[in-house]
Amino acid sequence: MSILVLAEQHDGQLAETTAHVVAAAKAIGGDIDVLVAGEHVGAIAEAAARLDGVSRVRVADSAVYAHQLAEPLGELLVALADDYSHVLAAATTTGKNVMPRLAALKDVAQLSEIIAVESADTFKRPIYAGNAIATVQSPDALKVMTVRATAFDAVAETGAASVEAVETVVDNALSRFVGEELASSDRPELGAAKVVISGGRGMGSGDNFTLLEGIADKLGAAIGASRAAVDAGFVPNDMQVGQTGKIVAPELYIAVGISGAIQHLAGMKDSKVIVAINKDEEAPIFQVADYGLVGDLFEILPELESKL
Amino acid sequence: MKVLVAVKRVIDYNVKIRVKPDNSDVDLTNVKMAMNPFCEIAVEEAVRLKEKGVATEVVAVTVGPKAAQEQLRTALALGADRAIHVQTDERVESLGAAKALAKVVEAEQPELTILGKQAIDSDNNQTGQMLAALTGRPQGTFASAVVVEDGKLKVTREIDGGLQTVELALPAIVTTDLRLNEPRYAKLPDIMKAKKKPLDTKTPEELGVEVASRLTLVKVEPPAERQGGVKVGSVDELVDKLKNEAKVIS
Ligand SMILES: Cc1cc2nc3c(=O)[nH]c(=O)nc-3n(C[C@H](O)[C@H](O)[C@H](O)COP(=O)(O)OP(=O)(O)OC[C@H]3O[C@@H](n4cnc5c(N)ncnc54)[C@H](O)[C@@H]3O)c2cc1C
Repeated sequence: MSILVLAEQHDGQLAETTAHVVAAAKAIGGDIDVLVAGEHVGAIAEAAARLDGVSRVRVADSAVYAHQLAEPLGELLVALADDYSHVLAAATTTGKNVMPRLAALKDVAQLSEIIAVESADTFKRPIYAGNAIATVQSPDALKVMTVRATAFDAVAETGAASVEAVETVVDNALSRFVGEELASSDRPELGAAKVVISGGRGMGSGDNFTLLEGIADKLGAAIGASRAAVDAGFVPNDMQVGQTGKIVAPELYIAVGISGAIQHLAGMKDSKVIVAINKDEEAPIFQVADYGLVGDLFEILPELESKL
Repeated sequence: MKVLVAVKRVIDYNVKIRVKPDNSDVDLTNVKMAMNPFCEIAVEEAVRLKEKGVATEVVAVTVGPKAAQEQLRTALALGADRAIHVQTDERVESLGAAKALAKVVEAEQPELTILGKQAIDSDNNQTGQMLAALTGRPQGTFASAVVVEDGKLKVTREIDGGLQTVELALPAIVTTDLRLNEPRYAKLPDIMKAKKKPLDTKTPEELGVEVASRLTLVKVEPPAERQGGVKVGSVDELVDKLKNEAKVIS
């Protein structure tokens, strides 16, 4: 078997999630190649070459891949896929955007967001917002999958893979990158943070999220939010945790002013320890919380910050 | 410009699902079904484009069992002009749905096709992208804003790092994210009127596509239950527990 892993990039660097996807590839077993596609990605390729278990890094360095647009990236994957039994990407917005194109053009099903490898053709994945876990077997010669990074422990960085350029050239007349507004933050990435503190509608306003910042600073935490908080315009969309936002599984998740709708729980219920702060003692979030504190967040948060 | 909008019949998002005792699947008997929430957003966007005079016709399509006509009628009540039902009792996954939709796109030639980014049953997040690939059209997935401008489509996409804007050649495929719009509710007179709007039924055989999933569903299990925890009485107690019991802070 031979497996191709699409490298995930973040801020011009190799994203943490890639090391988790390589771990999933190792669980399948076989030769592992990593594809790095982008513009000026030499440093990313070098970082990928250090991932344990990777034998070869293939680099497609061209402006056409600069923003990971699905159309050219999909075409590149189609051109390379014949060498592989499995093609994997992280279940990020990049992976979700491009992998189904590869699957469709190869006339194979895609397995989305796998959380366990049972064998080389059988995988577990959550369905219905994680309220059921399906075990699915694929008879296709090529398996196209996205991987939930939090379900696999990252591989170490002790490897020394070879790095090779990919000759294939694709062009793209269909789509054009116009611009992006990326959230910049000194805090850890939501998906990779050891501690996450999230605010919901109960926060009342975007300004009140400063109450979470002091605590996040002390704990080295990332800040997340419920959909209601994002919809209300308190905070930007990239902070949403849940079925349709980010999936997190930190050591500690603190939910503040969040009721605990199933769609929110889908994004955080695999956290090791969950703390809920809510004034409604009946709030469903308490059913999944290891430690619940009933009370007004506007009193609790300043006290918590001072006592940490 | 003609707009095609795809909708899926799924379990109502408020319903707590149950796994069948034999672990063969999720139990959907006597469960409330509805239009997938992301598809509601897709229909709303199509109807708004028509109200703005950008779209001339809105065609709703679904791939699914006979009962899925309910969701097509909902789309018609919300403002779609006519509907196409690709009727099948097979277990259809994204690839099969995309193949059937590709045939409909071929026949209807819409300038714009809008789908929800994911269905809340399979949580696949694949069909729109697959449809785009099969029809050779560009895609604007996870859209939070869609603007038709000078014969092109500008799509703002919700990506992990924030927002990205892309420009797509038309015809194109768009999938909706939650913040694209807030769907309206169908009014009673519109629901009555929708009953008279044209609804065409086709079979996958007539379209010449195979829609049944090739994947084997080996088993479906409930997720590991979290142990319910304790309520603490004060911030001091919370900090103490986190430090000394859970040992997640120092
Ligand atoms: C298709 C679909 C997808 C969705 N995807 C997601 C998703 O990815 N992520 C997500 O989060 N949601 C998602 N949702 C929305 C979800 O159903 C809930 O509406 C949402 O999670 C509610 O957010 P909330 O808990 O912040 O708000 P609410 O449910 O309004 O809860 C607010 C809570 O704050 C508490 N509170 C208020 N004031 C205070 C105070 N002063 N002190 C302490 N507590 C206070 C209240 O008691 C209440 O429990 C989705 C919904 C749909 C239909």
